[in-house]
Amino acid sequence: MTNIATVATVKDIICPVCGASCDDIQVELGKGEITVKNACKMGNAKFQEIVSTHRIKEPQIKQNGAFRAAAWDEAITRTAEILAKAKRPLLFMGSETSCEAMEVGLHMAEFLGAAVDSNSTVCHGPTAMGIQEAGRVGATAGQSKSRSDLAIYWGSNPLESMPRHMSRYAVYPRGYWTRRGRFDRTVICVDPRKSITAENADLHIQLKPNTDYELLSALLTLLHGKTPHPSVEDVTGVSIAEMEAMLKMMKECNFGAIYVGLGIASSYGKHRNAELAFNLVKELNSYTKFVIGALRGHCNVAGFNQIASYLYGFPFGLDFARGYPRYNPGEYTAVDLLREKDVDAAFILSADLVSHFPAACSEYLAQIPVACIDIAPCPTTMLSDVVLPGVIDAMECDGTFYRLDDVPVYFQPFTSSPFPFTASNEDTMLQIFEKVKELRK
Amino acid sequence: MAEIVLLPKGKIGINVEAEVIRPDLMAGKPKAEIEGMRVWQGPVQLPLKEFFDVDVRGAAAPEETTIIIDGDVSRVKHIGHGMKAGKIEIRGPAGMHVGAEMAGGIIIVEKDAGAWAGMEMKGGLLQVKGNAGDHTGSAYRGSWRGMTGGQIVIEGNARSQVGAGLAGGQIVVSGNVENFCGMRQGGGLIVVKGDAIRGVGAEMAGGNIAVYGIIRQFSPGFVEMGREENPKVGDFPLEGMFVKYTGDYAISKNPKGLLYSKEV
Ligand code: SF4
Repeated sequence: MTNIATVATVKDIICPVCGASCDDIQVELGKGEITVKNACKMGNAKFQEIVSTHRIKEPQIKQNGAFRAAAWDEAITRTAEILAKAKRPLLFMGSETSCEAMEVGLHMAEFLGAAVDSNSTVCHGPTAMGIQEAGRVGATAGQSKSRSDLAIYWGSNPLESMPRHMSRYAVYPRGYWTRRGRFDRTVICVDPRKSITAENADLHIQLKPNTDYELLSALLTLLHGKTPHPSVEDVTGVSIAEMEAMLKMMKECNFGAIYVGLGIASSYGKHRNAELAFNLVKELNSYTKFVIGALRGHCNVAGFNQIASYLYGFPFGLDFARGYPRYNPGEYTAVDLLREKDVDAAFILSADLVSHFPAACSEYLAQIPVACIDIAPCPTTMLSDVVLPGVIDAMECDGTFYRLDDVPVYFQPFTSSPFPFTASNEDTMLQIFEKVKELRK
Repeated sequence: MAEIVLLPKGKIGINVEAEVIRPDLMAGKPKAEIEGMRVWQGPVQLPLKEFFDVDVRGAAAPEETTIIIDGDVSRVKHIGHGMKAGKIEIRGPAGMHVGAEMAGGIIIVEKDAGAWAGMEMKGGLLQVKGNAGDHTGSAYRGSWRGMTGGQIVIEGNARSQVGAGLAGGQIVVSGNVENFCGMRQGGGLIVVKGDAIRGVGAEMAGGNIAVYGIIRQFSPGFVEMGREENPKVGDFPLEGMFVKYTGDYAISKNPKGLLYSKEV
């Protein structure tokens, strides 16, 4: 503890972990030690990365099956060669880095006629597709915090996935109709499991797995004055009486907010579940104020959707083969491109695809040239041909994240990049792009 | 009558996009010109002859021209995309988007077809003798209006979202379908001879669906109207005793969709 007493506390740091993008973190960085206040366990663990011994500190190139240390310029050139020589590369912009770095990747994909995707392709992509189908009534986290008196966690378990959501944005804060905080708020949890969020809810609707669509459909049918087909009780495991009770709570609140998780986006039905949830919320607005939003998993997974949409019109899974952006999840999305062997090289920024994608995709990644940027060793770095050390956003450089409610959050660092050769992942991306342009001249 | 024979040359790596393979674009052209027609492989445009040996037998109007693809084109997308006349015979499996937006003519696929076959079709006939992928005869993503005319016949199984947004025309699947068949349907007819998993007619506001087999998870927003024996749907006769439902009440207070489910 020697140094800690002498170093100053830095306040108002943004946490670069989950979509809550908490902006009240305090850190004290000493020599080889960091003390973090206000962050949850997940947040704290990431802040510890800055002093961890497994940090990737120098570029690596694979030669004859083994890694060797490489000079920075050599690693940048090798990465650019992989991209420039490929017929059709895949660029994957991970969600734990800044929009500024992702933006370079998007432009580079356009330049190369490549495909470019991000983590929402395997998380809330279907939610984004649901928005395209049905539109969405949304609100900022601040609005829901101040106004809502009913919180519905549907297919989400924030106490484990976004630990400070309830306390910062949704359940415990005092608001206009909720002067006594939690005591004035009602919480409903829709989840097949008895999660800790379900245990802390006032009503737990324990539906059978993969029946969200039928439950939503039955709620809408009731809202339209009809009794749902009786088979819905067997299908969902929820009685029509329970559905009626839930609907009554929804219609009678002052301001309801649904927070959807991957239970909606990634159970069977996918974007159809999301679409119907958005329809339900739209129609509830005939009775009271109701909004819906997703609990986004990573600090900047919303960022890619936002900047890809405003730069190129589509939220994820973009293909530039024809020089203009095309979009068709299932065709140009990362999992499908790898499974179908429809790309011949990959560049991965701040994401561990090998751990999270289907085995067939990882097997194919092992067969094609791969370059990546990361802060710590993981299966993706092990499989790569070039590994460039990553800079930790919100700790070592500034930039922008989009929070779970699509509000941009500018972050400033409390220290600087530990590398003389790059100031940020954006800087690294720009250096690669420069080289790619040279090679493609 | 004229025939243009395309013989695939070996294995294709990155998928090829070949919307030029259309009788109405190739009819009457000499061999060299057809060989030079451009197809896409990733961001690169290449002549058709990179991937096919071309043989031209005679010259005729598009209506009188048949393109025969003699082999596996499961990695060639958009065959017959937007075609208006003539015939394409594919003697193997076909890739994604075969017959998408076709307005006339005939496409016959002897084996399986990839996803998006007959997407937003306007007219003509698309027949798949094997299985079809997802989104057969459906609307493009985000669109509420899909196929408006023509006929799709799938002799095997089809997967999810068959006829999504169907506004007109007819789709008949001899085998099974998976999820959300007739999703957001507003018109037209879908007949499924086999079983369905879930979401049949989900969010439908008009048109007709008939399912002969079992529907595992019935759409909750359908209300029973009674039973009918050998009902006729448009001019399509159904055989057997069917329960007739109207819906989907999840999407509107006054839906006009009709779902016929055979009593089993
Ligand atoms: S809730 Fe999320 S953003 Fe907030 S401290 Fe925890 S991990 Fe960080």
